Amino acid sequence: MSAETLEITGAAPAAGGTGRHGLTRYLVVRFLLIIPTVFILVSLVFFLMRATGDPVSAAFGDRLTPGQLQAKLHQAGYDRPLSVQYLDYLRSLAAGDFGHTVTDNQPVTHVLGVYGAATAELALNALVVALLAGVPLGVVAARYRDRAPDAVLRLFAVLTYATPVFFTGLLLKLVLAVRLGWLPASGRASTDVQLFLQDQSSTTGFYLLDALRSGDGTAVTDVLEHAVLPALTLGLLVAGVLLRLVRTNLIGTLSADYVDAARSRGVPSLRLVTRHAARPALIPVVTFLGLQVAGLLGGAVLTETTFEWKGLGYELAHYLTARDFPAVQGIVALFAVVVAVTNFLVDVVAALIDPRVRY
Amino acid sequence: MAGILARGPAPLPRRLRARLRTAGAVQRAMLLTGAGLTALFLLAALIGPLLAPYGYARLQDASGLFGAQQPPSGAHPLGTTIAGYDVLSRTLWGARTALEIILAALSLSVVPGTVLGLVSGYLGGRVDRTLVGLADALYAFPPLLLAVVMSIVISGGRSSLAGGLGAAACSVAVAFVPQYFRVVRAEVVRVKAEPYVDAARVIGTSTREIMFRHVLRNSVRTLPLIFTINASEAILTLAGLGFLGFGIEPNSAAEWGYDLNRSVADVTSGLWWTALPPGLAIVLTVLGTTLLGEGLTDLADPRLRRRGAAAVSGTPTDGGTRDG
Repeated sequence: MSAETLEITGAAPAAGGTGRHGLTRYLVVRFLLIIPTVFILVSLVFFLMRATGDPVSAAFGDRLTPGQLQAKLHQAGYDRPLSVQYLDYLRSLAAGDFGHTVTDNQPVTHVLGVYGAATAELALNALVVALLAGVPLGVVAARYRDRAPDAVLRLFAVLTYATPVFFTGLLLKLVLAVRLGWLPASGRASTDVQLFLQDQSSTTGFYLLDALRSGDGTAVTDVLEHAVLPALTLGLLVAGVLLRLVRTNLIGTLSADYVDAARSRGVPSLRLVTRHAARPALIPVVTFLGLQVAGLLGGAVLTETTFEWKGLGYELAHYLTARDFPAVQGIVALFAVVVAVTNFLVDVVAALIDPRVRY
Repeated sequence: MAGILARGPAPLPRRLRARLRTAGAVQRAMLLTGAGLTALFLLAALIGPLLAPYGYARLQDASGLFGAQQPPSGAHPLGTTIAGYDVLSRTLWGARTALEIILAALSLSVVPGTVLGLVSGYLGGRVDRTLVGLADALYAFPPLLLAVVMSIVISGGRSSLAGGLGAAACSVAVAFVPQYFRVVRAEVVRVKAEPYVDAARVIGTSTREIMFRHVLRNSVRTLPLIFTINASEAILTLAGLGFLGFGIEPNSAAEWGYDLNRSVADVTSGLWWTALPPGLAIVLTVLGTTLLGEGLTDLADPRLRRRGAAAVSGTPTDGGTRDG
């Protein structure tokens, strides 16, 4: 593995060449960095959210008398000093308790459990769309650079990026759902299918998985039909940027000296692209995909709102409007964990591909 | 490579013209389209309010109220919204808001991100590890979410123009400082292992000069692309904020995302004129800045230009070593 990488990148990591031992150490250090990452984010959200006041007054301030408000504040512990509340919050977070929502008094972990799967399903569908469309099209664009296919694909890529995700959603909805009536305009499934799926003995919360396990053909079709527009909307957003990135990096490595050398040795064109040019070109792509998770989650919030896809993003918008800050805090903390872990995995992959990344 | 870039660069316009001449037809078309759209956007932002038939918050004129959801007509070329605003006027006024958010977000993001990335990547060590951790943590925050939190902090979620712009600009900066940081740092880590940096060090060049002269110049190759992504992201974040209902109130300024939010119900009932103009305005603006940034990146990067182009242009400074 490492010998091969050296041959491809053509640069010996003279300073960092500590071998396997260096890699293990790097991975451990990188893994431990997840903890401060999550800590910083959670703290940031806590203090930002409290900068505007306490959650109870924010949610009920205009509906309760001062006396009732005071009682509620005391009951929830919001009349204690901020530092005490902060430590208390960190302690319960460490124990896996994300607090309770103020408006409907549910444990935040329950909200995460119910709606997390919906968001994960949407994000995975979108990622599948993005990878299936973005990577091959990027390779095609690089291969035919400056010719017609490249021009068309690049324009397509820029357009998908330039269009706000909710505008894409609105357009798809207007044309495919409202005007042509081919696909459902909103929701994760029809009402009866939804009830049927929730009735199953054990559910995963992933509708497609549940529908497949139930073995009911109409349920599967219904769930798939509902998934198409949201997945396309969110997936196209990522696919466009992915296409551009694959193209740029592949063109860069395709004109590198070692690729010239390989070409002059008579290495076949396909192998040249897949083995010699693609590997180093993939590092920024992999890094980018990791960074894109945050964007994907942000896009999910807007996509879910556009299509009434009842996931974390939809709930988040709902709780924000209700000024229910503990719920917001819990959902954001979960997002933070997901992104921190993804970034870790991305760095691991990048370190495996390119030894120069390690320090 | 080192000698080429360390030598004083030719004046930018001349270099650009030379490169434009040698660029491929596709590159030229994309760059010119981008420049054209961006010029159009700037024009709309600067003199759009003069061209707009009404003010952004006008609901009536001498002959009475405009009326809600009126189809396009002589008095209202693009119809009226569900609240009874003139669509064309609000779309034109929106360009000014978009320009304001771009300027605010860029000025808060570029310099801190680049300098931190350079110093951190070049010096390494504990500071570097801390900054990477911090950048990761901040990056983990979806900008949109941060924008919502910031808008609550700045103006209690009830948005004035300054509140909405401030929230979007701050959150875009928080998301983009780590991005500049990461990109510049990654390039710096790569570049500082290059032989010409070692060479500079061997001949006794000071660390500061190596960093800002040799390493920085070779590490900012991808930055024009990020500027434009940054600008686009500023517009998109503000629009997303508006779409979620946390944007700028209609009587403080015209904002495209807010107008799109109001048009969702119209779309469901099949009306096109309230959603398409603000949506297309966003698309064309972002399209313009993105094409412009991408075109400039292509021109500036010798690896991405057509082979042999440099030799034709006759300027050996433009990466002629590649073929020679």
